[in-house]
Amino acid sequence: MALEIVESCVNCFACQPLCPNDAIFEAKPHFLIDADKCTECLGDYADAQCASICPIEGAIVDELNVALNPPGSLTGIPPQRWATAQAEIRARGSATGGETL
Amino acid sequence: MDLPVVSEETAPKKSGCSAGSCGSSDDQLGHLADDIRQKVQDHPCYSEEAHHYFARMHVAVAPACNIQCHYCNRKYDCANESRPGVVSELMTPAQAVKKTLAVAATIPQMTVLGIAGPGDPLANPERTFATFRELAVKAPDIKLCVSTNGLSLPQHVDELAKHNIDHVTITINCIDPDVGAQIYPWIFWNNTRIHGREAAAILIEQQQKGLEMLVARGILVKVNSVLIPGVNDQHLKEVSKVVKAKGAFLHNVMPLIAEAEHGTFYGVMGQRSPSPAELKALQDSCEGDMNMMRHCRQCRADAVGLLGEDRGAEFTLDKIEQMDIDYEKAMEFRAEVRAGIQAELDAKRAAAHNVVPIANAPAGRPVLMAVAAKGPLINVHFGHAREFMVYEASHSGARFVGHRKAESYCAGDETCGDGESVLDKTIQALEGCEAVLCSKIGYEPWGTLEAAGIQPNGEHAMEPIEDAVMAVWREMLAAGKLDAPLQAKKRA
Ligand code: SF4
Ligand code: SF4
Repeated sequence: MALEIVESCVNCFACQPLCPNDAIFEAKPHFLIDADKCTECLGDYADAQCASICPIEGAIVDELNVALNPPGSLTGIPPQRWATAQAEIRARGSATGGETL
Repeated sequence: MDLPVVSEETAPKKSGCSAGSCGSSDDQLGHLADDIRQKVQDHPCYSEEAHHYFARMHVAVAPACNIQCHYCNRKYDCANESRPGVVSELMTPAQAVKKTLAVAATIPQMTVLGIAGPGDPLANPERTFATFRELAVKAPDIKLCVSTNGLSLPQHVDELAKHNIDHVTITINCIDPDVGAQIYPWIFWNNTRIHGREAAAILIEQQQKGLEMLVARGILVKVNSVLIPGVNDQHLKEVSKVVKAKGAFLHNVMPLIAEAEHGTFYGVMGQRSPSPAELKALQDSCEGDMNMMRHCRQCRADAVGLLGEDRGAEFTLDKIEQMDIDYEKAMEFRAEVRAGIQAELDAKRAAAHNVVPIANAPAGRPVLMAVAAKGPLINVHFGHAREFMVYEASHSGARFVGHRKAESYCAGDETCGDGESVLDKTIQALEGCEAVLCSKIGYEPWGTLEAAGIQPNGEHAMEPIEDAVMAVWREMLAAGKLDAPLQAKKRA
């Protein structure tokens, strides 16, 4: 039973000091969870600490690869609206030849 | 401890003019008690006067954050606390100390080190305090400051008070949880992520408590607010009143920056930013209540140098590694340079003290003028200006009211192809200004500006800004242009 940090992690360090089992460590290209140490915070906290502070949707997943913070749950931006905005930005970018983020 | 910071009753004005507060057009600090003014007057982020002469820098040692703001996307640097799209170079405390010492040895005007991000300094207490502790030993002459969202401020106030930290900035966007619920989607508090109104209520409570605790310990507190039209614009007047009553010495209202490209909630959802006029209106309406700081440029969190002049590229980690620095000597040199600047400022203040106000000044309405300058003189070509300082001239003198950003119109060669639309944007940014003072200006923009009702003026190149602004105002007055109220813009 363990959580996993995936590539959308932005290396913000927020989760690392919170882990009751010292399971999170800095790594390249992003932070990782030692699956042998992670208990999903059972017995220590009601909520998995790393997933409770992580600001990035989708960065922490469970063993079934399900995001603990799914799209829209942290930013409040409806996923549909996000997709439309990204499409608009891409269209603007290719029209002017400019750069997009 | 009772800090005589904000109440009008304790203003030194009552006991005659203390030097620097009287007759000077730069008397934003005039109402502060002497000891507070002393603390503020050479802080490049707080004092309008000092930011021309002294330097500050920020180091990015604090990556984690404990709240989410709707104007921030953690994939990029915060767009409002710092500039969008530029990811700061995250440093360890040891690297940050090294960089600070290197910068302070190269730029002797360096006075202040701040920790502002990219996350929240107090959500990274070990990293933040390790940096401060080491610097207090190695460069005790450098002032330290912290910018925080305030959530974990109360629990760290005692630790802050121990260090050489006498400036704290709290970003307070609201004091009403219903307003806060539209700004903060969640906070991390007591090992739980809390959403919505409940989250905002906790954040507000902690911010206010932190503010009170800092003031009680004699630590200067500045409050920053982000102006979000339709969300907290009216509410900020109330915020200004409350934070003043609690003892904050400055309230700095910054415009929201929101673009879909930044991936922020406000950007993606189409929340608009305030216009320069809206920002000024709000700042004016808070003015009676509080000493507002107008020159904030939302500098990038790791910017180096005098405000607006970013020398960060000279101090990347590998370049610092190769520098050979005598820290003791550097500190002595800083002391010398500082004494020189102080003497210059004191002389300026003494001179301002003797200025006789224009006697029986004829009415003549106040006029906004934009100035292209770096430092205290008018020394920037209109086409090269990235930002303009806006002054309000009236018979009581020239008063700095804020910055307006622009893209530089001309790259200096013949590739001014895009000039037209950039110029249009600049004209929009200068909305409300009736003149623009610069060192030089091209023929074409001259005509366009004139047509837009903004009189270009290159006659005061290399003159002190305030003298030039007042000279232009007096010309306008003499020409009878200031009798009638401001005409509607000629160009629709
Ligand atoms: S779920 Fe809990 S135990 Fe597992 S890594 Fe996250 S904080 Fe540590
Ligand atoms: S909190 Fe999330 S984004 Fe930050 S380091 Fe941990 S997993 Fe990565």
